[in-house]
Amino acid sequence: MAEINLAVKKLQERFPASVLEVKTFRGEVTVSVAKKDIFEICKFLYADLDLRYEMLTDLCGVDFFPQTPRFEVVYHLYSVKNNQRLRLKTRVEEDESIPSAEPIWKVANWYEREAYDLLGIPFENHPDLRRILLWDGYEGYPLRKDYPTEGPDFDKPFVPEV
Amino acid sequence: MTINMGPQHPATHGVLRVVLELDGEVIVKAIPHIGHLHRGIEKLAESKTYHQSIPFTDRLDYTNAMGNNLAYVLAVEKLLGIEVPKRAQYLRVMMAELQRIAAHLIWLGTHVLDIGATTPIFYTFREREDILRIFEEVAGGRLTPTYLRIGGVSKDLPDGIEEEIKAFIQDFPEHVKEYETLLTKNVIWLKRTKEVGVISKEDAISWGVTGPTLRGSGVKYDVRKAFPYSSYEDFDFEIPIGSVGDVYDRYIVRLREMEWSNSIVEQALERLPKGPIIANDPRITLPPKDDVLQDIASLIRQFKIISEGFQPPRGEVYASVEASKGELGFYIVSDGSNRPYRFRIRTPSFANLSALPKMIEGGLIADVISAIGSIDIVLGEIDR
Repeated sequence: MAEINLAVKKLQERFPASVLEVKTFRGEVTVSVAKKDIFEICKFLYADLDLRYEMLTDLCGVDFFPQTPRFEVVYHLYSVKNNQRLRLKTRVEEDESIPSAEPIWKVANWYEREAYDLLGIPFENHPDLRRILLWDGYEGYPLRKDYPTEGPDFDKPFVPEV
Repeated sequence: MTINMGPQHPATHGVLRVVLELDGEVIVKAIPHIGHLHRGIEKLAESKTYHQSIPFTDRLDYTNAMGNNLAYVLAVEKLLGIEVPKRAQYLRVMMAELQRIAAHLIWLGTHVLDIGATTPIFYTFREREDILRIFEEVAGGRLTPTYLRIGGVSKDLPDGIEEEIKAFIQDFPEHVKEYETLLTKNVIWLKRTKEVGVISKEDAISWGVTGPTLRGSGVKYDVRKAFPYSSYEDFDFEIPIGSVGDVYDRYIVRLREMEWSNSIVEQALERLPKGPIIANDPRITLPPKDDVLQDIASLIRQFKIISEGFQPPRGEVYASVEASKGELGFYIVSDGSNRPYRFRIRTPSFANLSALPKMIEGGLIADVISAIGSIDIVLGEIDR
């Protein structure tokens, strides 16, 4: 546990205004941070020699409709050196963009495309922000809570435009 | 020149499409296109109770169904904070490791077939059949057994199965040697795999690569050792690693892994503790079937759990296992209701495939097949 606290302690020292909440649930540490510093925080966690969160295990979005800010972007980080995990979260408003983590972790490229595809969260400075699982021209973002599970037009015949 | 490989291409292991920009035979740029198999499992699971989502997980990486079940039930158990009986944990380990062998056997057979060696697939599918037969007797299903339950496993071992498993683990090391005589020093195999599809340690980590692909590059990261789950700390095994990070290293890593998995199954079978196979928590697990037929309280309990499910506390958990392809994680956000608020699946092949352009750009077009086969992708878990 000491190492995890180290990450939290270092973040609180370095970004006192941006660390909003620290929670431990079932042994997992979650740090909620302000969106404005998210890129700097990621870079710090990646580069700090004691922490070295070199791997972005997962990045995903969660829709908290109708709360505001609407979305939450969740980063699961892993440090190969310390064998530690850390969860980082930040809130973002609908149609508001968030800096891409692609310059830090290459894998963020596809994860962010997926979050954009299914939830419609735009990422700034992303090299190739296109839909990834659904096709180009698809309307709507299916993982949003106001999107019906069976699809908006499930009872209408599918007639492709010729 | 630009050519389009897939989505109907026998060597893309499903429906992967890769657009390749070529300069002669050299690949300048590769762009994978995925999503042809997207079924919206993450969205679907949000409208199902926790029990109802278990069969979805079989259908993610359909070559590794037991491992997928395990990752999901571990996440839910972590969320609930319940203990699983030791016997169930050992049974889970046994099945997950047998499944790992089966998954690696499919990989070996098909990957080698892609490159042009037709023989090994007949050998590997022979052993895989033995494992599937064991699964059929234990769980009732072969490809998608849905054996695990939240809190334990669905059935205890049937009579006589232990001898069958013992016979399998006794013979299996010999079979691995057979595969090795066909491949490990085969000149054509070496030419097609050595120094092909190389990815360095640093790049592999940055691209979020996990599993044998990461270990082939020399990083000793295995979830079974890093964050032991389901009593993995009780078993002796090593993590084989490579050094160069090419297709050949990944091949060697997987072969050694099969041998270690075999050893884990042996250890688990030897030390299999006696006791219940599922936790007895009236809110969460189903009562024994005999009680349901005779006792009204058990009948009500069964009915409530089947129709309503259970309500875990509010919170969020991430639990992961070492699946045959890499780290498979489930991130579940609970709002306190009987359905998950967010059901996120972190699949290993998704991240591994994103590193494919890094492996093949600058290489020859014939090596694309080698590289795709070596990262062992299954589109079912990439597209979800």
